[in-house]
Amino acid sequence: MATDYVIAKQVSKHFGHQQVLNQIDLTLPAGMIYGLIGPSGAGKTTLIKSILGMEVVDSGTVKVMDTVMPNRAVMAQVGYMAQSDALYETLTARENLTLFGQLLSVPKIKLAQMIDYAAGLVDLTSQLDKRVSGYSGGMKRRLSLAIALIQDPQLLILDEPTVGIDPELRQQIWTELNKLKDTGKSMLVTTHVMDEAERCDYLMLIRHGIALAEGTPAALKQQYAVDTIEQVFLKAGRMQDANDGNR
Amino acid sequence: MRTMAIVRRVFKQMLRDKRTLALMFLAPLLIMTLMYFLFQNNTTQVASLGVHHVDQSVVNVIDTKNVTIHHYDSSQARKMIKQHDLDGYLTQKNGQLTITYSNSNPTNTSLIKASLQSGLVKLKMKRLVTVTKKQRAALESQQAALKKLTAAQTQATVTKLKTAIAQAQARGDQATAEKLQKHLKQATATTSSSTQSAKATSYTTKSHYIYGSSDSTFFESFLPAFLGFFVFFFVFLISGVSLLNERTTGTLSRLLATPIRRSEIIMGYLIGYGGFAIIQTVLTVVFTITVFKIHLVGSIWLVFLTNLLLALVALTLGIFISTFATSEFQMIQFIPLIVVPQIFFAGLVPVDGMASWLQAIAHIMPLYYGANALTAVVTKGAGLGDIGVNLLILVGFMVVLTMLNIVGMKRYRKV
Repeated sequence: MATDYVIAKQVSKHFGHQQVLNQIDLTLPAGMIYGLIGPSGAGKTTLIKSILGMEVVDSGTVKVMDTVMPNRAVMAQVGYMAQSDALYETLTARENLTLFGQLLSVPKIKLAQMIDYAAGLVDLTSQLDKRVSGYSGGMKRRLSLAIALIQDPQLLILDEPTVGIDPELRQQIWTELNKLKDTGKSMLVTTHVMDEAERCDYLMLIRHGIALAEGTPAALKQQYAVDTIEQVFLKAGRMQDANDGNR
Repeated sequence: MRTMAIVRRVFKQMLRDKRTLALMFLAPLLIMTLMYFLFQNNTTQVASLGVHHVDQSVVNVIDTKNVTIHHYDSSQARKMIKQHDLDGYLTQKNGQLTITYSNSNPTNTSLIKASLQSGLVKLKMKRLVTVTKKQRAALESQQAALKKLTAAQTQATVTKLKTAIAQAQARGDQATAEKLQKHLKQATATTSSSTQSAKATSYTTKSHYIYGSSDSTFFESFLPAFLGFFVFFFVFLISGVSLLNERTTGTLSRLLATPIRRSEIIMGYLIGYGGFAIIQTVLTVVFTITVFKIHLVGSIWLVFLTNLLLALVALTLGIFISTFATSEFQMIQFIPLIVVPQIFFAGLVPVDGMASWLQAIAHIMPLYYGANALTAVVTKGAGLGDIGVNLLILVGFMVVLTMLNIVGMKRYRKV
């Protein structure tokens, strides 16, 4: 039995009067792609930032690699891809990768090799020495993913990784993610593309900060007696609204 | 190690941004050059003065190199000033001089005022001199007459005495003869007393300058303050905007998703932009010294050190202030609020003469300490001991702001 990379228990968080996360439980074992789905503003990004230790939760605990977050040292073991492409546009892709490699303490000898590997994975090898300012939106997204992979982390946290990436490349990236999974890595992926949700091993539906439903895609479809995850999502949402109305 | 990664990044980004580089390195030189020419010839200011019906003797003394005289045929000062764009208009009615100033340019007003005053003083002196001369002549003629009179009188006394002596001697009265002889001696002695006129001392001045020379200009006295100001201004702007960019593009948040310490980011910024500030300082100082032949009394290394400290304060202040801005435009709005007031307390206006509450404000301005130290080094040759307190205060500003920045980044990551 592999260890659990992430264990979040009863995580709650609010900004002002708004409850952004309401008693969320999340367990991510090794070798799994865990999908977080939900509409914009549901609290997905806040949950991810709480797991990373960038946000302090109001109550509950988050453990990553058996360490209570927030913890600076553990961050080196997590590959993170933010929702917005946070790249230095005046630098080349290689320089961006080098910078983050250095910040993540990738050994000098290994760094060039890792850059080639990560760039190859997202199909940017030929464009490595071009400045990021000349990149298209999809290329930037891919470079962000490459940066998340630069230190060869066991845990990847990807916030909307495939937005703006064309279907063919998206296919390619998912194939790679599955390959990574097979080596024992785990991924926490947020998405609101429903066909991507189908590719995850395990799903959690978040809406208004509440975990509406969770389970494997097949189990969820069965539970809600529908054919697609999209329908699961819609049905669960309607049920939540009905409950709120009754209250 | 991670700090150096940030430093390398800052350097790469700056070197690629050619326009910002040019702004940082060339703009100060351009402004300095402009200032040099603007303030170099500040003594050739000339005011124009219209005169009507004024005694030629008065006109002659007012006519200096700072005032040009125009003669007009009207006594309506207001109208003539407006019509001929004059700085002043002088009319005379009997002994009464009336001057009207345009006062659109106070400098010209004071030029005319000074010329008029000194001219009138000169005129009075001249009159005084002629009067004294006349008096002296009169006195001398009186003296001569007096002399003649006394001479004649003495002569009469002498002959009288002489005959008396002869008579006494003839009578054989020796005692009376001796007494009379004494009288005779006294009488002749009075005539030989010479009239000695007091000679007036005329004064000449010879000037010595402790700092600078007779060629010292306005430019030179404010140059040190401006050296500090440029470094302060550009470093403040560039560091503030670049950290703001990191916030708005999300790279700061992304950086903080790595194990980097918040202090490592700030230190990376300090070293990276501090490096450019050093280059800027060296360039500006060397330029002003070699091209404008500015006389640097103190050590050039102290100038560099002070400017570096000022730059670091500006850097930390820029980063701090950028916390309160959400866009570059808002960052620019802080310039008139934070940067411009500093220049007023940099020595352009003497702080000692300010109201006490203004002096209190001066003491919270980093540029006040920096510019004071720079001025002391450049113009008076102050040493490290003299400006040590100022430098320590700058270090204090830097430390406090750095701490605030490190704490402030908790907004983006809690550890």
